[in-house]
Amino acid sequence: MPTTVQRSSQRPLPAWPAAEAARRKGGRARRRSLVGAAYAAPTAVMVGLFFVAPLLLVVWMSVNRWPLLGAPTFNLPDNYAHIADNQLVGSAVWFTLKYTVLMTVLLFSLAFGLALLVQNRRRGVGFLRTAFFLPMAVGFASASLLFLGLLSDEIGPVSDALRAIGLVDGYVSWTSGSSASALGSTMVLVLWRFAGFNMLIMLTGLQAIPVEVYEAARIDGASRWQTFRRVTLPLMRPTIALVLTLMITGSVLAFDQFWILTRGGPDNSTTSLVMVIYREAFIKLDLGSAAAISVALLAVLVVVNIVQLGVLRRRSS
Amino acid sequence: MRSRRQLVATVAAVLLTAALGACTDKEATGGDSTAGVDDGAALTLWTRAATESVSKAYADAYNAKHKNKVTVTAYPNEEYPAKLASAAGAKALPDLFATDVVFAPQYASQGLWADITAGFAASGVKDKVSPGHVRAGTWEGKTYAVPHTVDMSVMLYNKDLYTKAGLDPEKPPTTMKEFAEHARKIDKLGGDVNGTYFGGNCGGCVEFTFWPSVWAAGGDVLDDKGANAKIDSKEMADVFALYRALYDEKVAAPASKDEAGPTWLGALQSGKIGIAPGPSVWLGLIEEKGVKMGVAPITGMDGGESTFIGGDSIGIGATSTKQAQAWDFLNWTMSEEAQVEVIAKNKGVPIRTDLASNKYSSADPRIVTINSLVAKGKTPYAKNFNASFNDPQSPWLQTVRGALFGDAAKSLTDGNSAISKSLQQS
Repeated sequence: MPTTVQRSSQRPLPAWPAAEAARRKGGRARRRSLVGAAYAAPTAVMVGLFFVAPLLLVVWMSVNRWPLLGAPTFNLPDNYAHIADNQLVGSAVWFTLKYTVLMTVLLFSLAFGLALLVQNRRRGVGFLRTAFFLPMAVGFASASLLFLGLLSDEIGPVSDALRAIGLVDGYVSWTSGSSASALGSTMVLVLWRFAGFNMLIMLTGLQAIPVEVYEAARIDGASRWQTFRRVTLPLMRPTIALVLTLMITGSVLAFDQFWILTRGGPDNSTTSLVMVIYREAFIKLDLGSAAAISVALLAVLVVVNIVQLGVLRRRSS
Repeated sequence: MRSRRQLVATVAAVLLTAALGACTDKEATGGDSTAGVDDGAALTLWTRAATESVSKAYADAYNAKHKNKVTVTAYPNEEYPAKLASAAGAKALPDLFATDVVFAPQYASQGLWADITAGFAASGVKDKVSPGHVRAGTWEGKTYAVPHTVDMSVMLYNKDLYTKAGLDPEKPPTTMKEFAEHARKIDKLGGDVNGTYFGGNCGGCVEFTFWPSVWAAGGDVLDDKGANAKIDSKEMADVFALYRALYDEKVAAPASKDEAGPTWLGALQSGKIGIAPGPSVWLGLIEEKGVKMGVAPITGMDGGESTFIGGDSIGIGATSTKQAQAWDFLNWTMSEEAQVEVIAKNKGVPIRTDLASNKYSSADPRIVTINSLVAKGKTPYAKNFNASFNDPQSPWLQTVRGALFGDAAKSLTDGNSAISKSLQQS
């Protein structure tokens, strides 16, 4: 052994001059960064064309009076000032917040529960995983229409079935009878449609936890709850961060389910913020005002996501 | 959740296209707009699903005798305004598009239609077509749209249920009070039969069916310019109170409270509703289901008659490059040939007031009743009509819900100022 060490230490250093080495190193780095840029280019072009450009445009639009046809005129800060005058915005913000909190808590609990349920390989688990994930295969708008039909007192089986077992009596309207039932039906739809998808993300997180860690916990005599609290949860943090970000963003941008199922009713009780943007743009044909609300919403979302990811990342590190 | 983001992406894409389009000048070219051109052009026509059949009947009859060929595409009613707005933003409007007549002032003011003032003046029918439609299609003295279809609100009653309840099926109510009595009598038949039905969660349905009672009683809903609401009147309060009582007494079907429009026709087709105001064009659709229907004018509380003259207006897309050919089609649709052989023959109401009585109308006395109402009806006019009245988030729907199911007096007072504010938004 010592001889080997000696021999290797005696190996002559490369004879290239230092400048040459630096040049070669620089060239390699440049080449590597060029290759990297080339790989990233298609995505960058797509993101630039379909995200950054429209985004800048929406920002520009939000400081202009923007007719459907004809030239826009600069009107900062009118579009932003009018947001405060719009009574619908106030109630929509409140409703969207309420919906986001309720939906995130319920959807997260359900999806995490399902993921824990089908975490380990057992008989029938494959079937359950498929069954939970299957609603994801139905388009969201189609799923909303499906629920509209199912919950309809006229054509749907749900009310009839509940009447048959004596749970409800007489005429009942799930999607517009009361604000609670309208919100409830929408939440059931979203849970049905998205629980499986979020379960899948959390399942991959669960399966990335090495078995050895659980074995070590068992050897240390940890109870099930302790294992969950001290092993599963901390190691799931990055996955939880991702899932929560998706859920909160999705809920804040809720549109399809309310547009189709409740049309924002009854009495505007389920009008989400994106529905207000839609109304400004396509009913009032006021694109500038719609853009201003969109930009404000985007700013809020960016802040929420930064805070959220910051908190979760700090804890996980 | 992805689809929600897709929606936002779509909106952004539309906005992008709109902006790109805004960078170029209007390129629409047209020939002499007073004389139509029939040179074999392929013309696109968009309309909403509700009036698709009429537009298609016009197009088929026109295509059979002309070189130009019109292709009709219909969109679901609720999605149609958004479809038009995105097409306008992308400068990709069809050659021709129709819209609910009450939305016409908004599109005319936004310049979505080409100016057809000269052609319309030269057509010779300017004073013979539905005046409400003409006004709706006029903005700052220029004509942008002409009448396309006429649909009026009338009382539709089930003759069989009238007989069963001991009422004379040939004697429909002549006052709203009588209407309520008839509805109560029929409701007493019991079972799943209900006295009446209305769209209590649908701004458009309520304005179409309740406003004529206000007009018949001498009241009004809007000022002449469409800038101020007048719904905090006694006439309006009376009408709401009457329907509210019918709902509270369960004479109106319980589904009336949640009816947002889509299942309204189905409810009347079921044959379980005694008497209800509705669109005149449904007469045929209800009878198709084997229900024998009678037609009567909508009345005021103590008499009088009126109707909401609805239907569609149509104009030439501002970005169309075939404006002369498109005008040829429009001009033809207003001709006697089109109005009698396409509209009247199919039991429709002609847009021409001079053709109200024609060789087809006299065959069915109910059609005569409907046609005679054109002279007594109104088409309300306001630039911000959709946002103020028809949209599910409109202040009008909020008012309606309050007046029918909540604090009625407060709703009408608050609603009046909220609607006026919405009407005045530029």
